[in-house]
Amino acid sequence: MEALDGNAIGGLLWEVFGTEMTDAASVCASCGAARLVAELAVYRPALGTVVRCRSCDSVLMVFVKIHDRTCVDLLGLATLG
Amino acid sequence: MAGTALRGRLTWQVAKVSAVTVETASVRTLTLDVPHWPGHRAGQHLDIRLTDEDGYVAERSYSIASAPGEPVAITVERLDDGEVSPYLTDELRAGDDLELRGPIGGYFVWEPENGGPLLLLAGGSGIVPLRSILRHRERTGSTVPVRLLYSARTLNDVIYRAELDRPGSDVEVIYTLTRSQPPGWSGYARRADAALLAEVAWPAAAMPLAYVCGPTSFVEAVSQALVQSGYPPERIKTERFGATGGT
Repeated sequence: MEALDGNAIGGLLWEVFGTEMTDAASVCASCGAARLVAELAVYRPALGTVVRCRSCDSVLMVFVKIHDRTCVDLLGLATLG
Repeated sequence: MAGTALRGRLTWQVAKVSAVTVETASVRTLTLDVPHWPGHRAGQHLDIRLTDEDGYVAERSYSIASAPGEPVAITVERLDDGEVSPYLTDELRAGDDLELRGPIGGYFVWEPENGGPLLLLAGGSGIVPLRSILRHRERTGSTVPVRLLYSARTLNDVIYRAELDRPGSDVEVIYTLTRSQPPGWSGYARRADAALLAEVAWPAAAMPLAYVCGPTSFVEAVSQALVQSGYPPERIKTERFGATGGT
């Protein structure tokens, strides 16, 4: 599956965080790489959305939508915002 | 708050299609009348949501094709196996409703104060947000010089061709046609790679600002070539839209 950019999930991120997030800063908890959310690698398999670090490929964020609820895992991030 | 969108909120709303423009055999521009539109920036996108009778929902993002201050428009390429695009290109008519939210995106945007020179690199329908940037530059009277490299399969697949054939002052439009070329074609006829970019891109010493939009493979190839030629990564903004769309 080919990666999209964080920009592609601007709407989803806005739903979850209540604001524009594509220009927010992020730091990978595994390798410390600092990037704007728009620059992260996004994979959208049928079940949800996986955001990975472009430097070390670690999973940074996972979003899964069930009915009208979005389950969010941000454990791969050291900081966001 | 009638007439104004609440700042900071991103809510679904119903827009009305005001016009459908045929761009190519598979591409349409939908001009939209959006009642609560807070205004957009050049390069942003919006989300479209289709709901069928069973309640099945499909959402897709589309780049905004128009400049800030112009009526909202999106340009959609029909993907034969798509869930959303065939409806948008084949079924929708002026006067129909369409559910959307936006504008979205604070990264792949250009304002005159960001300067240039600008290097715009489009693969297939990746031209759409770059067209918004070009029109915004024109409308704001910016004199930032622009080079646009547009990679398309054939000349008939070039979107906005009439507009791009009459570029404004200090705008240079360069096509490369990767699949077939019309008789007598004197332009490029190969994939956008390091060798092609070496011929058409501003030298890195000019401190250009690059915007690359297209299928993932196009964006990766082009952005890597730019970095190798000395462009600082922070001066290259990319927008990948997956494997779909032709270059």
